[in-house]
Amino acid sequence: MASTVTQGRGAIRRRALGARAAFLGPGLLYVTAFMTIPLLLVLSYAFLTRGRFGGVELPVTLENFARALDPIYLRVLWNSILISSITTLLALLIGYPTAYAITRLPARWRTVALVLVVLPFWTNFLIRTYAWIVLLNSEGPVNKTLVNLGLIDSPLELLYTRGAVIVGLLYAYLPLMILPIYASVERLDRSLLEAATNLGASKFRAFFDVTLPLTLPGTMIGAIFVFVPSLGNFIVPELLGGGKTVMIGNLIRDQFLKARDWPFGAVLALIMVLFLAGLFAAQAAVARRINGRSARA
Amino acid sequence: MTNKPLVEIQSLSKSYGDVVALDDVSLSINENEFFALLGPSGCGKTTLLRVIAGFEEPDSGAVLLSGSNLLSLPPHKRPINLMFQSYALFPHLSVERNIAYGLQREKLPKEEIRARVDEVLGTVGLRDKAKSRPAQLSGGQRQRVALARAIVKRPRLLLLDEPLSALDRKVRAEMQLELKRLQHEVGITFVVVTHDQEEAMSMADRIAVMSLGQVLQIDTPIGMYQRPSSVFVADFIGTSNMFAGVAAIGGVDVPNIGLLPGKEAVPAVSGAAYLMVRPEDIQIVEGAGLLTGTVLETQFFGGASTIAVLVPGHEVPVVLTCQGSASVSRGAIAHLAWPAEKAVVLNR
Repeated sequence: MASTVTQGRGAIRRRALGARAAFLGPGLLYVTAFMTIPLLLVLSYAFLTRGRFGGVELPVTLENFARALDPIYLRVLWNSILISSITTLLALLIGYPTAYAITRLPARWRTVALVLVVLPFWTNFLIRTYAWIVLLNSEGPVNKTLVNLGLIDSPLELLYTRGAVIVGLLYAYLPLMILPIYASVERLDRSLLEAATNLGASKFRAFFDVTLPLTLPGTMIGAIFVFVPSLGNFIVPELLGGGKTVMIGNLIRDQFLKARDWPFGAVLALIMVLFLAGLFAAQAAVARRINGRSARA
Repeated sequence: MTNKPLVEIQSLSKSYGDVVALDDVSLSINENEFFALLGPSGCGKTTLLRVIAGFEEPDSGAVLLSGSNLLSLPPHKRPINLMFQSYALFPHLSVERNIAYGLQREKLPKEEIRARVDEVLGTVGLRDKAKSRPAQLSGGQRQRVALARAIVKRPRLLLLDEPLSALDRKVRAEMQLELKRLQHEVGITFVVVTHDQEEAMSMADRIAVMSLGQVLQIDTPIGMYQRPSSVFVADFIGTSNMFAGVAAIGGVDVPNIGLLPGKEAVPAVSGAAYLMVRPEDIQIVEGAGLLTGTVLETQFFGGASTIAVLVPGHEVPVVLTCQGSASVSRGAIAHLAWPAEKAVVLNR
């Protein structure tokens, strides 16, 4: 009798496991094939020697890591972090008020506003970036307008500057800041704000004491969504930076496609992956702290 | 309990589009009173609470607190605290910081805040949970934190929105007693909104029954139970037997049954009427009674029993209760009677 019960339980557990595998299977397979295996390949390349015509060869070496510490590369890394950080900060300053304002719209207008936010994604990323070249060049509408208004005498050097790169990245990734913040403000229990008010907090005070801390995890997700692709981006610095502004994305691409130094490219890619993993860990820690025991994004 | 009015609500009205939430509501709540707003969901009781707290603006009418206009004060400046139905505890703050929040807004000295938080934690019996986050507490403990956070401010008026609805039955009974004890202890006027008539009856000094945005009756629990002013109130509060008929001298003339005795019939009520009798006022008598029927079912509840009797000419069974176990069994013939002064005649 007892053994039948145990057997029955075993069968139930096996079936539950089967169901779980059926749901998780496709995603797991995809992640393994296109994320885990490539990542392991990159990891192994980083310890190998560069092949003459690309590719990798033995012997195993740590030389690639030593090279990454060269001030030239460290400066590129620093420059990339700086540009991505400024982009993220600007996206935050523009994105948070925008997202907050959208949650305060009537339900119908909220949907319209959200569609408008993602509207640029309907056009190809390259075309949108090219459009900025047209806008910012010395004969472009921005300079022309400024000259015609008499604000400046001769056209400004807007294109091919660090500023142009930041503007391009900001434009490309701002929606990725707005959407997660919108979601977290939207999900915020309004009765918490009423409670703060009822306990004597002004609207302003309630925002800083309740809304801001409780939407911090979502805001950090938005910041990561902007920072990560900005850091790895090589199209915007190339098109709008004119090759003068080199970011780590350009460097990695060049190592694989131009210099054919796969091991060094792999080292640079690993540095980026580790850096970003650290950011995600920090976000998770903050989310756990804010929500007490029940962690959520 | 003094009879000085603390809150006076005067002809308050509020609509949302076509929906009338408050329809010319007037009532006054006395100092140190435990007042209940009772009614089914959508009757306007929560809207009334939110108007008093300042989260909603009425279309017309006035609310006075100790004689001065309350509606001109912004919500965060009103000496009124609200315990939310969902408790609305700040999930990112510990229990003690949740409770201290309101005192910090008053810019009180740190020492006083610490002392008052500690005192109120003792009152609700949660000293050992001071450092916990709300997510780590049980439903009953969260409810105590919400209550502590509200009473620590020592408000003139404490509003409680369905304070016990999120708790299970056993904890609820405990908390009913505790709320009542606390109210005496802290000496704050309590206004509790509830849809649970038992809750209102067991806790409140006075009850206002609301329906469709109107106040139907304001009375003490006993008064409300014994002298309901309308069929709605009689039906909403407790169990009742209703006999439809025409008001007559000395009672209600019920078709197929005849005259059933009740008080305050013609001339107080005329035309179509109901006679309402509470189950515990009906007795089984020997010999001829007012009604005769067959016992349909008996239920024993420990201290008391319920007996359902099917009376020819009356559609629903007549329900009566008696102490101890039922003296009759299923299928027996029962003669029923009640004293005329226990039956109420109501307009139909």
